[in-house]
Amino acid sequence: MSYVKGLKCRECGTEFPIEPRAICDECFGPLEVTYDYDSLRRALDTGTIASRARSMWRYRELLPIDGSDILGREVGFTPLVRATRLAERLGLDELYLKNDAVNFPTLSFKDRVVSVALTKAREFGMTTVGCASTGNLANAVAAQGVRHGFDTCVLVPHDLEAAKILGTTVYGARLIAVRGDYDQVNRLCSQIADRYGWGIVNVNLRAFYGEGSKTVGYEIAEQLGWRRPAHLVCCMAGGSLLTKLGKALEELTRLGWIEEGRTRLYGAQAAGCNPITTAVKDGSGEVRPVKARTIARSLAIGNPADGYDAARAIRDSDGWAEDATDDQIVEGIRLLAETEGIFAETAGGVTVAAARKLIDQGRIPRHEPVVLVITGNGLKTTDALVATAATYPVIEPRLEAFESCVSDRAVPAAAPVAGDALSSTTVSHHHPGAPPPRRPFHRAG
Amino acid sequence: MPVQVRIPSVLRRQTGGDESVQLEGRTLGDVLDGLETRYEGLRGKLRGPRGELRRFVNIYVNDNDVRLLAGSTTPVSDGDEVTIIPAVAGG
Repeated sequence: MSYVKGLKCRECGTEFPIEPRAICDECFGPLEVTYDYDSLRRALDTGTIASRARSMWRYRELLPIDGSDILGREVGFTPLVRATRLAERLGLDELYLKNDAVNFPTLSFKDRVVSVALTKAREFGMTTVGCASTGNLANAVAAQGVRHGFDTCVLVPHDLEAAKILGTTVYGARLIAVRGDYDQVNRLCSQIADRYGWGIVNVNLRAFYGEGSKTVGYEIAEQLGWRRPAHLVCCMAGGSLLTKLGKALEELTRLGWIEEGRTRLYGAQAAGCNPITTAVKDGSGEVRPVKARTIARSLAIGNPADGYDAARAIRDSDGWAEDATDDQIVEGIRLLAETEGIFAETAGGVTVAAARKLIDQGRIPRHEPVVLVITGNGLKTTDALVATAATYPVIEPRLEAFESCVSDRAVPAAAPVAGDALSSTTVSHHHPGAPPPRRPFHRAG
Repeated sequence: MPVQVRIPSVLRRQTGGDESVQLEGRTLGDVLDGLETRYEGLRGKLRGPRGELRRFVNIYVNDNDVRLLAGSTTPVSDGDEVTIIPAVAGG
């Protein structure tokens, strides 16, 4: 049974039936899926949710689908990691990372939105799907579109990272690179959706697609033990994810699954593409488009369609927004990797760097729980790190060569032997050709 | 000097199905005035009461978003293309 009521314009409130539709006819405003929450509250409880498979589809009644033919049943339910080492470095008591860098199948949160969009495309009887993308969405549409038998056409800016190009073409999806930036690609896609009637996931399927982002919020609350996160930080490109996190928490409150109260939402952007953080900071709420220049390519949307709503959601929640320079983004990636063993893409570096600023400014209090949303995987954006990659030794395949290069590190390279002059932190340097010292493990003390 | 204006499907109810139209003008504002005169139903759709562009409407002169240019006072010349596109974006 479906609890979906219809589509409603966020701006003027005009209602529409469920159909492929990009925007409101009256004011061009974005459309929001509405649900019958009273019936949902009677029909569903957290025990039922907990009994289901660990994927985003355990919340299927809160997603805008009619039937049971779900495409991408395995997507979602990524780890929520307690991050004690990063917390210590940032000066926080309690920090969690929602790690969508390991989402299935293409290692970003976009797998969620695409799963919903394609499920809906199938319900609508569409046979061709596509998108305009900064990379992660391209990967997700290509992988899932091809797997589920759609003709798949993906448009990207021509100068995208090689890993994101390969991560699209490998599936056999049709990729078209456009000479222009993301905003120009997106404009073209709007015209394509207009003319061809294809299922462009972020244009005429957008109202449904965006709902997939809510599952990040549901999962965080459930993984915290059905608690409301006090402070939630996420990166912003078009601004949809942050807006939908707010919607998710509001819905869980209406259902009585988490306590009443407030979650403060914080948005993170790159300093080279910061139209939403600027709108938050200047208090105008008006989002002025910019020309994007940042290594965080996945966030390089200069004209964010949900920017106005994201800025409003941040202000209404008493949150704030910050941006990060390219150097700070790289530092953020490294800090996350070095403390928690999580390799995030540039967008994750933006989130960590912005969180650090917000903590240092006192905007995020140190003694309340904080959740950072990590949206994508660092293996897709290694280009950003090449210039600052760590140096490392290259050695001959001999033990003494190894020991000569670890001798300056506090590595217990060899266990001490009784009567031996060596301490556990020094390494013997032998003349070339001399036999290596014998240190049988059974004698090690 | 004629300028080509492209109209998205969501507005074609107001234009009787016309996908594009040639209009005269020296600025974008002139062109929009002409558009609203020709298709009365478009009045109020693209611009607010003070002439400001509506929040969810993007207008381009050739390849450039007019918000990055001079808005309604952006100059247009012979052969330019004005494209009206509702704001929808993803990532």
